[in-house]
Amino acid sequence: MKKTCKYLIIGNSAGGIAAAEAIRQTDKHGTAVIVSDEPYHAYSRPLISKYLAGRCTVEDMLFRPADFYAKNGIEAVLGAPAGHLDAAGRTVQIGGDAFAYEKLLLAVGGKPIVPPIKDMGEDGVFTFTRLDDAMRIKEAVASGARRVVVVGGGLIGMSVTEALAGLGLEVTVVELKDRVLSLALDKTCSQIVERTLRENGVTVLTGHSVSQIVRSDEKGRVKGVILNSGQNVPCDLVILAIGVVPRVDLASGTGVAVNRGIVVDRHMKASLDDVYACGDVAEAADVLLGGNRVLPIWPSAYIGGRVAGLNMAGISTEYPGWVSHNAFNYFGLAIVSAGAVETDGEPGHEVLTWSDKESSRKVVVKENRIVGMVLSGDIQRAGILFNLMREKIDVGSFKATLLSPGFGLVSLPAEMRQQMISRPGITDTCLAAFKQPELALSR
Amino acid sequence: MKQILARPEFCVDCRLCQVHCQVEHSRSKDMVKAFKREATRPVARLRVEREGAESFAVSCRHCAEPVCVYSCLTGAMRKDPITGVVSVDSQKCAGCWTCLMVCPYSAVAQDKNQHRVVKCDLCPQLKTPACVANCPNKALILLEDKQS
Repeated sequence: MKKTCKYLIIGNSAGGIAAAEAIRQTDKHGTAVIVSDEPYHAYSRPLISKYLAGRCTVEDMLFRPADFYAKNGIEAVLGAPAGHLDAAGRTVQIGGDAFAYEKLLLAVGGKPIVPPIKDMGEDGVFTFTRLDDAMRIKEAVASGARRVVVVGGGLIGMSVTEALAGLGLEVTVVELKDRVLSLALDKTCSQIVERTLRENGVTVLTGHSVSQIVRSDEKGRVKGVILNSGQNVPCDLVILAIGVVPRVDLASGTGVAVNRGIVVDRHMKASLDDVYACGDVAEAADVLLGGNRVLPIWPSAYIGGRVAGLNMAGISTEYPGWVSHNAFNYFGLAIVSAGAVETDGEPGHEVLTWSDKESSRKVVVKENRIVGMVLSGDIQRAGILFNLMREKIDVGSFKATLLSPGFGLVSLPAEMRQQMISRPGITDTCLAAFKQPELALSR
Repeated sequence: MKQILARPEFCVDCRLCQVHCQVEHSRSKDMVKAFKREATRPVARLRVEREGAESFAVSCRHCAEPVCVYSCLTGAMRKDPITGVVSVDSQKCAGCWTCLMVCPYSAVAQDKNQHRVVKCDLCPQLKTPACVANCPNKALILLEDKQS
């Protein structure tokens, strides 16, 4: 059957929901359809580790209230994978239906990287990016799995490790690099995390990879893994947590320019008219490194989705660009980081550090601009630092105060401070590039 | 839309705004009980910063484009479309601290005991927020945008 809609949004997570909300802020009646291959109401993907740990239910994970679609007049087509995109004919095949659109948003996210491992099979091997993954792992744990090998010591790996270690399973993390969280943290903080993992009974094997899965002869069940070093690690489950790559299948071969991700301009528009992309599938502006980059983090997905939605609804809006950042809050630690946190002694970088018993702070400065930061323990002022970084503010005149315990808006140069504290109504420096004050949600 | 405006020229860093904020957000709403008897001291939703003679209170701006709401992983943070107030649903907050990272004012506070964030809610039960009502110097004033 052929269906038509004004706005077709493929993807039901941060980016898709953001676009739908932005569209409904300006166009109350244009027909809008949200499509997802997952059968669930929009849920918070990062909470799947809490769900696995038994610390929340599926209802607790809802990203928006249960009446979200109805209240906003949005048709949700869930559990329906998008098939072929015909960009010239402006239709997408979804389930058995062809959906004709005026504006299309591809917010389909990333897909987990599956490394080449001998005897991979499927039984007992999982990825960990979706609710279904968490449900399947939960079942495996319920049916008696006790030992787990987590392949990958990044944020996904850490989240699943915390959940499973908390359930009393024996977890071994196998990380190819010489330290866990090498993309998000500096060496010092990686060491803190590794120490904490070990204190919580987790085995950490850095500098290793898994080359083979060992299965029992009779039923083919996972018995263990063999590492590149030849070492055998017995286990009942293997979880692949190496990261995600943009899910570009839908766009490939359609004329939409794809590099690592779908390339978008500042309006979040892809190379073809009326096609937009955001979130983990998109390659959008990175303000720190310049140019476009895949930045698979939640805030940039939502903000990109919002910008895409406004533009789709005819309100010209620019994406401010974003910076890579992460928050690590497993095993009772609180560490936040952004940008380039490990300089490895590269010239031209100034590394400022401060620490006491509970906290440590580090800021990397290049040409008087903050280019990296990592804070642990007391992270209360992280936002001010992060925004100085994101707005590329010259910190030369107050650099010495950046890490002092009293650092705050009070440390900023007088004019900037004045603007930050006492001019209501124009306080949205946080998203200066949203040059749409009339769209303020309150109006 | 209501907004709290800080006036550094009148602030003497007495921090009564913080104290009254804590009391208003305590269980008992009684100063002595809140500080002495409640199991955990409530966390102030605003903070006073000082450098030499310059001081002022920093609280949430309830931004028109609230980056904390946009960055919230769980849907705990929302902006009320009518009042414009940015609030956090403490049941839904997972304590991921992402909002802390993105707020340019660092106006979202950590409640480490509860492992969640707390923030200025403009004291919905009161006509005037507790910090504004109890500032002896009118270093905090409440502005109301009549447009909405």
